[in-house]
Amino acid sequence: MDYTINKANLEVFSETLQFLAEQDKDIYVITSDSRGSGKLVSYGQRFPEQIVEVGIAEQNLVGVATGIASMGKKAFAVSPACFLTARALEQIKNDVCYSDNPVKLIGISAGVSYGALGSTHHSLHDYAVLRAINNITIVAPADNYETEQAIRQAATMTSPVYIRFGKKNMPDSLSGASGNGKHDFKVGRGRIIQEGTDLTFIATGEAVLPCVQAAEVLANEHGINCTIVSMHTIKPLDNTLIMEIAANGKPIITVEEHSIYGGLGEAIGSLLLQNGFRNPFKIVGLPDDHTVSGSQVEIFEHYGISKKGLSDTVLTWIKK
Amino acid sequence: MEIKVLEEKSKLYRRNILKYIYHAKAGHTGGSLSVIDILNVLYNRIMHVSPENFDSNLRDRYIQSKGHCVEALYVILADKGFFAEEDLLTLCKYNSPYIGHPTKKIRGIEQNTGGLGHGLSICCGNALVAKKDKSGVRVFTVLGDGEMAEGSNWEAFMFAAHYKLDNLCAILDYNKLQITAPNAEVMGLEPLNKKLEAFGWAVRQVDGNNIEALTQTLESLPFEQSKPSFVIAHTTKGKGISYMENVLKWHHGVPNAEQYEMALAELN
Ligand SMILES: Cc1ncc(C[n+]2csc(CCOP(=O)(O)OP(=O)(O)O)c2C)c(N)n1
Ligand SMILES: [Mg+2]
Repeated sequence: MDYTINKANLEVFSETLQFLAEQDKDIYVITSDSRGSGKLVSYGQRFPEQIVEVGIAEQNLVGVATGIASMGKKAFAVSPACFLTARALEQIKNDVCYSDNPVKLIGISAGVSYGALGSTHHSLHDYAVLRAINNITIVAPADNYETEQAIRQAATMTSPVYIRFGKKNMPDSLSGASGNGKHDFKVGRGRIIQEGTDLTFIATGEAVLPCVQAAEVLANEHGINCTIVSMHTIKPLDNTLIMEIAANGKPIITVEEHSIYGGLGEAIGSLLLQNGFRNPFKIVGLPDDHTVSGSQVEIFEHYGISKKGLSDTVLTWIKK
Repeated sequence: MEIKVLEEKSKLYRRNILKYIYHAKAGHTGGSLSVIDILNVLYNRIMHVSPENFDSNLRDRYIQSKGHCVEALYVILADKGFFAEEDLLTLCKYNSPYIGHPTKKIRGIEQNTGGLGHGLSICCGNALVAKKDKSGVRVFTVLGDGEMAEGSNWEAFMFAAHYKLDNLCAILDYNKLQITAPNAEVMGLEPLNKKLEAFGWAVRQVDGNNIEALTQTLESLPFEQSKPSFVIAHTTKGKGISYMENVLKWHHGVPNAEQYEMALAELN
């Protein structure tokens, strides 16, 4: 597959926001001592009137962002995903979602991006808790292209949205050329990265890349041709696409940087079961465990969210 | 321990903080160097806690609310004999229990922290029980100045005064800096003593990098009967290493080989 590892989605987020803010004075960024971690220092220098600092106070961050959004501004509340979606959960539930204020919640350094800083800094619960809250779109872009599109589309959305990504360099665009038909990014529509006949990976966020790498091994060394879908929007889920894929009866494996409980995998499993599909089905994510310590890459490898881990999992599973 | 001995310990601790951060290529350098004198006095002079009494419910409790500066805590606990110091060579490595925030997997650590604004509330619960049980147990925490913006702290400030927790002492590592900028720019704290007094706390200010001053202050606890005690410890972020002092990037900056040698030379 044709892609190059380019820059962190975090960088793309910041660049996109600056691009938007140049033309749109309604763009507001709200931070909780997270300006540096959010790569927003240059944004702050260029648009000092369009950034608000609340200090290390995530609940206040979401409350203030709500107030800014309800005055008609495009409020991007930016904080590490772990604190944003745990500390400020009630503000997200009541003030943003229930009260229908279109805040754009940006969870940075999501999943296990913070590595050895440990579980206080990991967000492996965010899809699960937010899926259970009505009136919020959940997006985890896989590459730079998806990130840019997600931020642009979020700016125009009139309902709440949560977008999360990490800080590791990611591919420019995983499906090669961007912007043609089914490879396009649209919030709420799965993006087909490649098509195959034997098995489908449905993954989200930074877990898509290892699927692409594993699929290469499976194709080249074992003749197993995989479809890969970047299911960047976890809610609302692209039910139509998933059921179209499942119609061939072939195995489906879901992969996510999230607890195996309550995330993308369970959402898809539930959809398939309730619609009569009985495809062989497997969920890969972080098990219900004290997460092993190490860097993001080491944690991914430990739990098999890697080229080798995923190709091995598929091979032992399919052979049975 | 005598003041002179403690002062020597602080030098050793600073060397060890740098050593293990340098080795791990990760860590919160500036805030560990600012808080180390406070921990030194607490662990070597004030608190009744050691590997020998750690399983006793009667030990004093320390919960590090500014959990990111765990390296300072690790080197003290190692020195106290809670674990072998060379274990710290695995800091932040794959499968090591020594991660970048306090965890109870490490003997000597009371609570898992790392999300800011949790420690004081837990201390309040500890202190409430100690007071009800008349056990004589004292409870300590260290907060960061940036951390003070978390609303949960102010809920706990109310609680501690309401329940007259004079066995509780909160110490602020007032190094004036957080990640983005000085607190004064990010979210001003002043006039802090007045705020805390208005919340019902007995407040003292001290040079938080001066062992003797810290000792005097902490030996006069509780500052007032029936009130929780708050120590505003004025410190310097990066204390002891000239090129780190008051420089923002050393919040979680890691020295390179040359900088590491320079730092050790300054501490000798
Ligand atoms: C709830 C929460 N929000 C944000 C963070 C990220 N964070 C870690 S350290 C830090 C700055 C802390 O500054 P301060 O309290 O002044 O600590 P010190 O200067 O002593 O390092 C921030 C924002 C966190 N750990 N927890
Ligand atoms: Mg500080």
